Amino acid sequence: MPDIVVLVAHPQQEHSSVNRALQQAVQRQGLARVDLRDLYALYPDYLVDVAAEQAALAEAQLVVWQQPIHWYGMPPLLKLWLDEVFSFGWAYGPEGNRLRGKDLWLVASTGGAAESYRPEGYNRYFFDAFLPPYEQTAALAGMRFLPPLLLHGAHRVGDAELAAHAELYVQRLASYPDWPEIAELEACAPCEVPVDARPAD
Amino acid sequence: MEHGSSWLQTSLVYLGAAVLAVPLARLLGLGSIIGYLAAGIVIGPWGLKLVTDPATILHFAEFGVVLMLFLVGLELEPKRLWAMRRPIFGWGSVQMIGCTALILGTGLAFGAEGRLALVAGLGLALSSTAIGLGVLNERNLMATGSGQSVLSVALLQDIAAIPILALLPLLAVSTAGAAEAGSGWWGAAKAVGVVAVIVLGGRIALRPALRWIARSDTPEIFTAASLLLVVATAALMESVGLSMALGAFLAGVLLAESEYRRELETDLEPFKGLLLGLFFMAVGMSIDFAVVLARPGLVAAIVVGFLLLKTLVLLAMAHFMPVPLAERPVFVLLLAQGGEFGFVVFQAAAQAGVIAGESASLLVAAVALSMLLTPLLLVLIDRWIAPRLARHGGAAKPAEISEPQQAPIIIAGFGRYGQIIGRLLYANGLSATVLEHDADQVETVRRFGWRVFYGDATRLDLLRTAGAAEARVLVLAIDDVDQSVAVARLVREHFPRLQVVARARNVTHYYRLHELGIELIERETLDSALMSARNVLELMGWQRHAARNQALRFRRHSIELMRRMAPHFGDEQKLIALSRQGREQLEAQWAAERAEQRQRHDREGWQTPADSN
Repeated sequence: MPDIVVLVAHPQQEHSSVNRALQQAVQRQGLARVDLRDLYALYPDYLVDVAAEQAALAEAQLVVWQQPIHWYGMPPLLKLWLDEVFSFGWAYGPEGNRLRGKDLWLVASTGGAAESYRPEGYNRYFFDAFLPPYEQTAALAGMRFLPPLLLHGAHRVGDAELAAHAELYVQRLASYPDWPEIAELEACAPCEVPVDARPAD
Repeated sequence: MEHGSSWLQTSLVYLGAAVLAVPLARLLGLGSIIGYLAAGIVIGPWGLKLVTDPATILHFAEFGVVLMLFLVGLELEPKRLWAMRRPIFGWGSVQMIGCTALILGTGLAFGAEGRLALVAGLGLALSSTAIGLGVLNERNLMATGSGQSVLSVALLQDIAAIPILALLPLLAVSTAGAAEAGSGWWGAAKAVGVVAVIVLGGRIALRPALRWIARSDTPEIFTAASLLLVVATAALMESVGLSMALGAFLAGVLLAESEYRRELETDLEPFKGLLLGLFFMAVGMSIDFAVVLARPGLVAAIVVGFLLLKTLVLLAMAHFMPVPLAERPVFVLLLAQGGEFGFVVFQAAAQAGVIAGESASLLVAAVALSMLLTPLLLVLIDRWIAPRLARHGGAAKPAEISEPQQAPIIIAGFGRYGQIIGRLLYANGLSATVLEHDADQVETVRRFGWRVFYGDATRLDLLRTAGAAEARVLVLAIDDVDQSVAVARLVREHFPRLQVVARARNVTHYYRLHELGIELIERETLDSALMSARNVLELMGWQRHAARNQALRFRRHSIELMRRMAPHFGDEQKLIALSRQGREQLEAQWAAERAEQRQRHDREGWQTPADSN
């Protein structure tokens, strides 16, 4: 029974070097505990099978979003997946507690180099500044947001560095939840939502 | 024991000869019929003498012709047969009477005796149904104008053979004629009775009987029943002196609209093929080379003479019949040759003392030689005459695909469906080898600048030339269901690595392809119908994107339902139950979703604070 669901979302798999390498590394490893779901292969018509996705999440303890950062956020199909699968009354709202207590881990790559994510760089902000939507999404669903695994400058990364990165990724999946960084994390605090705060549909 | 071993030996000889000769003949581009004829000559009394009694074999193998006419009948619903009554009786009679008269006249002019000239005229006017329809089938010409014309004339010949055989004894001695007149009436009454039994029985009793047999769920018993049906019909017909093949044809027509048509066809097809092969071998064996060698000039004169005379009549007929210029040589040749019924006519005439035994041998040899010549002449026509006609007559057939192709994709069928696929592929920089069977369609799309090959994808050799052994994908976009399934079967059998992307005309077609293990099948109307459904939803006030989602969800549902129903293909009750159940489930599920949405819309805020803690 897989306890990790890895959602891969890359709209141009053929132009991807990092995400394809990471996906292949996971597949090569053949971990029985990992349910790898390539969203763009599963839903080429952007018609997410909500029931199937929710069923896949039911038994998982760790949910991984493996994606390139596009326009400082997630690719559109992952966002659609999020909109439809994390539904009202399921992931949030009344009785929306199905994801409570699970972990969410962002594994992302950026085209821009690490130096560009600085006030003096062309991206103007440290990368952390783009993470709050992710962190708060996890919080609203009652999930713990694990420290992301990032790879900057994806277009210029060398083979050795990429291999080491993939190695680390697979090792983390295999050893979850015995990670040094998890030991330092606080317990997940559920988000208190006022009764009259109806979220927009 | 001795009987057993002789049976084994005979089978060994026939099967061995066929297995050797037919592939060799095909390899040489000569067609399977020549292979069988040659095999017959080699093992017969004038070759290796492995078989010395071709007459018995010929009689037995005639059953192949009977089976073939049953299968031809299966393809022809009563309505279409009725529509063909004019060509059958009109053009058929023109051929029969015209050829007989011309041969009779020529015979008399060369000083032959009147009775001999008449018998020769009647016997030589007949053509070989076995070779004629066999060639048409092999070339997939059955549905064309020339195919239907050949079939019409062949059917009338089968009908005409009855009065001819009845007439022969009357020619012999005039006194015998009066004595037989009474029995002639009685015979005619019996014949009408038997035909009535077959027609009525076929209409009323056959389908329930077949249903009862099919319910026993024992495939070999259904095969046995199919064979029994044909054998019984043939026996009935023969008992009253009618043509067995004609009876089988009638039984076939009566079953053409039944639900067992396909099963009967697939069950009988192999028997037909083997028996026809045996029949052709027997024809090869029965060529009496002693007669031919004794008077080679005369035999040659008879063969050439009657072929020429019949050609004159047939050319004149083809001028007025719906036979395109390029198909005319085949039409003429198939009907100009002599036929197996000629053997029967000459033998009967000799027995009745109408003609001398030696004349009968001469005529039989001439007919057999013409049957041997036909497939050879056909090769000549294909190589030299047809291409020339194609150049002269604009509407003639384009040349078949002949240069080996290497494109990774083959598109079989370039009508409305295949063209869309082709255009998308070309626009993506992919190359494809396109095969199209309809000559007009080839002409049309070529005018738009497409490189399209003329060829029938149900032929293994053409598929191979199109590169099926190396290609990765075959797009099966043929609109004819039977041909599409035939190609699919051929590809699964001979090119298992070639992936098939198939178009399905309807659900039955889908399942037939699915049964062959083909997975990528699209029902041709599903997506366009869904687009129209989207339009309706939009007009009824749905948001465009919501309409799209519902259409795609319905699509997924429909495909899942098809998959679930696939194992029950053939069990109509179960299919109906499953399909109704699927529809009800979908309706209930979507009604629940709409209710939930309404409820959600009415709700003010998050109403269960206790739960969110």
